[in-house]
Amino acid sequence: MFKRARNIQSKVSILFDGQPIAAEEGETVAAALFAAGILSFRQAPEDDSPRGPYCMIGNCFECLIEIEGLGGRQACQTRVRDGMVIARHRGLATVEAGS
Amino acid sequence: MLDHDVAIVGGGLLGSAFGWGLARAGQKTIVFDEGDTAIRTARGNFGLVWVQSKGQTMPDYAAWSLQASQLWPDFADELKDSTGIDIHYVREGYNIAASEVELEQAIAGQERIKAGMGDRAYSYEVIDRKTLKSVAPLVSDTVPGAIYTGHDGHCNPLFLMRALHQDMQTKGGDYRPNTPIDAIRPAPGGGFDLFSGCGRLLASAERVIVAAGHGSGELVRDYGIDLPVHADQGQVLVTEKVSEVFSFATGTVRQTDNGSFLLGASSKEIGLDTRTDLPTLAEIVRYCLSIFPFLGNLRLQRAWGALRVMTPDGCPIYQQSDSYPGLFSFACHSGVTLASVHALMVTKWILDGQIPSEFDVFHPRRFHV
Repeated sequence: MFKRARNIQSKVSILFDGQPIAAEEGETVAAALFAAGILSFRQAPEDDSPRGPYCMIGNCFECLIEIEGLGGRQACQTRVRDGMVIARHRGLATVEAGS
Repeated sequence: MLDHDVAIVGGGLLGSAFGWGLARAGQKTIVFDEGDTAIRTARGNFGLVWVQSKGQTMPDYAAWSLQASQLWPDFADELKDSTGIDIHYVREGYNIAASEVELEQAIAGQERIKAGMGDRAYSYEVIDRKTLKSVAPLVSDTVPGAIYTGHDGHCNPLFLMRALHQDMQTKGGDYRPNTPIDAIRPAPGGGFDLFSGCGRLLASAERVIVAAGHGSGELVRDYGIDLPVHADQGQVLVTEKVSEVFSFATGTVRQTDNGSFLLGASSKEIGLDTRTDLPTLAEIVRYCLSIFPFLGNLRLQRAWGALRVMTPDGCPIYQQSDSYPGLFSFACHSGVTLASVHALMVTKWILDGQIPSEFDVFHPRRFHV
């Protein structure tokens, strides 16, 4: 489990699956969730196994998560914003016909 | 002293198919591969098992691709039985035309193949928009139709690689990653010695297959062997994973077994450069969206470039050295499509020590007429 190296200096609040989570302004969504003890960001579509960040530098795409209603976003490449709404991926999204 | 029956230089899709087929035939086989910084065409490709675009100018290549497609179901089944790895081979493919002009060109191409094949059976269907809509409801209303042959399809090329590597080793083949071969020399008393860059003898084998893609030419140059290949760069984009929309492949779009869409089919000659660039990616996306507008609702996840091993006429090169029998050098860009015939047929040529005369058309002397 991860622990913050120092206490939050400049606090923002994000919502993860409806639960408020305190985060440091400017840190990434992945870092904020890790610090809050959340390791599983989604279920793998192949076998429903829990998945979370692996590389934290944008390469592995394991940290994909839904941010502000958009799925498939990289939690480790997205900075938190006060009031940001985040949700765990469950299963596969379905596509819409488009125009 | 010879320590192997066959040594293969190159662990991509060609080398792996040969290595698997030869180990399966009981040959003492060793495959030398480079490391992660190598130009890995086999790790960047689109995963098509595709017949209808092949051999419009060389009927024997069309026939060879057709034979590959026919062997694919058994090939995939055997790999699954041996390894438990399902490589998700699906034989369903449409060449969807984005415009009337494209459809006419595609039909003309099919007619060329049909004419070239002579009395060898080859047929295709032109599917109109209405029929296409019944299998692909989300196709654009601007699409005039598609070509369907019943032979085209796709697979998961990474699982194909993994299955070949795993089963090759289960069957006794020796796979050596991070072991580039620097020189191949005739061994005293017959066969060949393979050396590392610092001159260390790594293996001695009765026969050698050079299938090292862009690195092959240099390895066989001292033998006077002509292996003209150039890099043809293709860029591929991958979307987020979504539930299954369709199971078939087109030449430019396919949904993978785990739900991603792959968008591809660029072609550029810029040397050994795998970098992506925005104009090329944008053009791929624009074209794919003109066929499947719904793709615009998906998030792109990443993009990459890979280098096709392209011969001057786009057809494979299969050759054995005249002056040093036992030294084979092979190159082609359709390593996925041809994996079945490479594993199951070409390996028989190696065992026989001879490429059958009907395959003489694939010798690079065709470039010097």
